[in-house]
Parts: sequence; C-alpha cells; structure tokens
Amino acid sequence: MADRSLAPDTPDLRERWGGFEFTESYRTRADRAIARYPEGRQRSAVMPLLDLAQRQVGEETNTQGWLPLPVIEYVADYLDMPVIRVLEVATFYFMYNLRPVGKYHVQVCGTTPCMLRGSDGLLAACSKRGMKKGHVSEDGLWTLTEVECMGNCATAPMVQINDDNYEDLTPERLDAVLDALAKGEQPKTGTQEPGRHTSEPAGGPTTLTEMVDANHDYRKEW
Amino acid sequence: MLADKDRIFTNVYGFQDWGLKAAQQRGDWDDTKSLIARGHDSIIDEMKASGLRGRGGAGFPTGLKWSFMPKESKDGRPSFLVINADESEPGSCKDREIIRHDPHKLIEGALIAGYAMRARAAYIYIRGEYIREAETLQAAIDEAYDAGLIGKNASKSGYDFDVFLHRGAGAYICGEETAMIESLEGKKGQPRLKPPFPAGAGLYGCPTTVNNVESIAVVPTILRRGASWFSSFGRENNKGTKLFQISGHVNKPCVVEEALSIPFSELIEKHCGGIRGGKDNLLAVIPGGSSVPLVPAEQIWDAPMDFDGLKELGSGLGTAGVIVMDKSTDIVRAISRISYFYKHESCGQCTPCREGTGWMWRMMERLRTGDAAIEEIDMLQQVTKQVEGHTICALGDAAAWPIQGLIRHFRPELERRIEEHNAKFAEAAE
Repeated sequence: MADRSLAPDTPDLRERWGGFEFTESYRTRADRAIARYPEGRQRSAVMPLLDLAQRQVGEETNTQGWLPLPVIEYVADYLDMPVIRVLEVATFYFMYNLRPVGKYHVQVCGTTPCMLRGSDGLLAACSKRGMKKGHVSEDGLWTLTEVECMGNCATAPMVQINDDNYEDLTPERLDAVLDALAKGEQPKTGTQEPGRHTSEPAGGPTTLTEMVDANHDYRKEW
Repeated sequence: MLADKDRIFTNVYGFQDWGLKAAQQRGDWDDTKSLIARGHDSIIDEMKASGLRGRGGAGFPTGLKWSFMPKESKDGRPSFLVINADESEPGSCKDREIIRHDPHKLIEGALIAGYAMRARAAYIYIRGEYIREAETLQAAIDEAYDAGLIGKNASKSGYDFDVFLHRGAGAYICGEETAMIESLEGKKGQPRLKPPFPAGAGLYGCPTTVNNVESIAVVPTILRRGASWFSSFGRENNKGTKLFQISGHVNKPCVVEEALSIPFSELIEKHCGGIRGGKDNLLAVIPGGSSVPLVPAEQIWDAPMDFDGLKELGSGLGTAGVIVMDKSTDIVRAISRISYFYKHESCGQCTPCREGTGWMWRMMERLRTGDAAIEEIDMLQQVTKQVEGHTICALGDAAAWPIQGLIRHFRPELERRIEEHNAKFAEAAE
C-alpha cells in the first residue's frame, strides 16, 4: 500500500481553509458531476468533487492543489456523507495530494517499461535541479514524485506535470521542458522525439500510411 | 501482415481529427440504427460467433459474458454496462490511443453493447491520470449527445441509452471489475467477494457487465463486417485483431494493430525495427503486461502472440503489452521494480497481499544485490505460492507470477549474485 498521511489539523489550517467554498464556476461543475449518477447515489460523485476541490485550492495557492482537512469536510457536507467516508477516499487514491505541493508537480514514471528506457536519468536530472521526492522546492515551483505506470509505455520514459504528459524524454529534453515551465512558458506536450507524432514507430508508421495526410476511408476496400 | 483495410482502429496514431465528422467519414456511426435493429440476442450471437475474447487481460469470451445479463428486469432494477478504461497495467498503453484518437468507436460500441445486454446506461471508468484523454472523451460524448446518437431514442433506434464518464484518481486496483464498481459508488476501490457476480448484483446492486475499452470499441466493426471476417484472423480460439503495445528495448517502440497469433519475431521485425542491438541481444520478454511471467529469448522468438500460445510458455497474452528486455537489463531489478509496483498498488484488504507484496519486494531487493542466502530463493518461491490464490482478487496472483517467472528462468543468475556477494564479504572478513 502507498504510505500516505494527512497534514496535521492545526488552528492555522482551520484559519486558512475553514471557510472554503466552491466558487460559482466550480459549483456548476460539481453539480454537473453529481447529475451523472442516479437519484440518491450522489456519493458516487465524491471522486470528481475531491478533484474539483483540489483544483480550486490549486488556483487559490498557485500550485497543483491539495486537500486540507477542512476542504475534505466541505466535500463531505456537500454530498451529505460522513467525513470519514470521504477521508477514506481521499487517502486511498494517489492523485489526491494530502500535503501542499509546488506549482508544478513533476511526476516521473519509474515503473519497469520507463525504467528500461531511462527513467533513472530523469530522476537524476530532477535531483540535479534540487528537487527532492515528496518535497516542495524552496522557490515553490516544484514537487517531485516518482509515480507508477502512467500508460505511456510505447513513448517511454515519460513525466506528467500537472495535467500534461511529456514523453520520449532524455535528461536534456526534460531539462528543456522544465526550463520552459520555470520561465512561465508552455512547452510542447506529448512526445519530445523530433518527427514523431504519437505512438507510431519513430521515423513513420509501418501501417496505415494513407492516414498520415488524409482522412482515408478504408471501407471502399472492404 | 494484416492489411490496412482490415484494421479497426484506422486513426490509432491520431494523424487525423478524432471529432464526430471525421470519425463518420471513416465509417463510425454509419447507420447504427440498423445494427441495433438486429435485436439483442442476434447481436450477442454474432459476438459469440466472432470469437472475440475480452481484451482487458483475462480473455473471457465477450459474447458469452453479455449473455449472463438478465433478459428482463423482474424487480425493476436497471442493468448497467461499465467500460473499463482504467488502463494501468505496466506495459499497456492501447486504450489511451483509442480514447484520444478514436473515441467514437468506443461510444458507438457502448451503445450497441449496452443495447445488446439491455443496459440502461454505460459508465466509462477512465483512469485519473488520463486527464487530456478524459477531456477528449467527454467532448466526444457531448458531440454524440448533440447529434442524437446517444441519449433518448439513441440513433433513432427507439432505445434510450446514456453514456457517462467517471474519472478515477490513481489506483491500479480499480481495474479489477468489482473494485471499479466500488469506486464508481464513491468508495475505496477494494474488490468484492464473488459471488454474487456483477451480472447478478454489480453497480448499485444492479446487473452489471464490465468490459475493456478495446472489447467494446471493436464491436461496431465486427457487426458491420461480420463475425466470419473477424474470426478469419488468428488461430482457433484466438480470433481477431488486437492492439499490441511494444515497449522497452526495441529500436522503435510503438502501438500497432495486428492479427492475433502473429509470431513475436514478425511483430518485432516488421513494426519495431528489431531488438536493440540485434536478435542475439534479446534477453527476455514480458509478453502481456507486468502481471504475466517473463519468457526467455529462445522460447519467445517464434511463439505465436495469442492467449493459448503464450499460456503454453507458462506466461499469458494479458493486455498484449509487450515489454522487451535486452542483455543490458538488470533482470532482477526489472522484476523487483514490478514487485514494488504491486506493493504500492495493493489495496490492503487481504492480509496475504498487503503483507506479502511488501515482503516479496524487500526480498527481491536483497536478491538484486545478492544480500541473501541460497535457501531464501526457495523461501521466496514458497511465499509467492502462499500469496497466489489466497486473496479476493487477482492482484496477489499478479504480484506472485513475475517473481515465479524470474525464479523459473533466471535462478542461476540469482545464485550467481548471492555467491558473488558472499565471496566479497568472506574476502573482507579475512
């Protein structure tokens, strides 16, 4: 099991987050999420609501966001659920940050397919920049986490930073991505291999070549 | 090699737009009404005849699975289709390509499959890390609603069918069908004891079928082209086409659709530019995602990549996530990293798995450096046997098999490390 624990429940935490409420736009999104489930099953929406809450906290703190206990309590209240049931969910799923994180959450995939393609080098590149697993860097920009398989194995190794994936990385390419982010720019997402589009073999697809330039309809050949 | 015209996922690389209009030009949503008009049982029969086996890993016949669903609701409970898009098995990256590049195949498949099994709605459970993919899929679902393809009187078929997207939040175990149902109900994703099976009591206690993304997305094409077309590929009992995902030490890792039963060598040579450093540099292959035991180079080379062929080698096709390892690989570390993965992803419900995955990983780390006794290899083997089959779900098995495969094929390497390590210590003591 993943080792996870909550940030301490202190008066400061209460002071800062006790008054948390969804903004109007988040409330709309939350209510839309709840409407996806049958009448009386609104607790099914606890996962989308925790995600929304984390994102709103992120916007308020200029980070990826996290879930302070008062915010978790707010979600429980919103869904009319016991707090412990929401807490169980928040601690069970790895994407809910239980501690503050940096502006950019650098999640390096370290599972075997990425390891075989050089994820060690990516982790080294991160520590060279002063990142430490589970810590927020002094400038508040970075939090480093080694994560488990992200499902980008054919374009390994990869890193997910907040909502975007950067694939086919080398330490140099990762440095370029991080440099751009630090400057407030948005680097190209997806594969960083020159000339590669997505998960086709590098250098051009071995199949479906007609699809490269045109939306080919193969039904004529059936 | 499979001809391009026989590939189902023609936009798998996303060179073209995923949107509705472009998808329709490629043949999706083409007179879906007439496919539905064939009737519930006729669709299920066609799927049975096609020989499609579930693409999520277990390989259970899809049509048969659908036929377990109740034909009528005696107590007013609705039925649900849950689509498993929680692709988290290390080595697997195919559902992502379907979702972000061909989402309409999945949504059309959801409608047809949902109709066939008499479901009232489909929930697509997508893993939380697929953030952009979920955005694309939600946009595709919205497009389909706006065009009247799903929703009330879906595709003018007279059948009402909803499709909802549910995002996970980072838990491999939610790929297990009953854990997925728990998660959908807003709980921790801990698997349920079976029986009752989901077809009897699943989501919200209602009859439910859980199918993999690929299993559902191939349905419309199979119906359009006929069961006999689909079953013309692959060996007996291993029919159809399949998305293979090749990662690791090949020159060009990729995702590619091929006929089942394609020999490993052909898959690697034709699509992946060969093994890094040449054929002779191949050490071992994990052919079906991290859960299946590895196969050494000499056994895999000519093996047919299908369910039965890989089972004969003591491994499995799983999700067809092929992890290739060349001779530069620290094989013990590669498997130990998988053990760490299972330790991290164990849900903690059953003691053998919660405690065993951590124990096995720590033991593997000692074997990596050789800091162990020879007898401990047997002890590890024994512990894997005590975890395997003694847990509610198959995560315990999945954690045990890679280690068993390592011991089966690389025991001399494990012993060599131990001897080397012990010799170093004996020297230091002198």
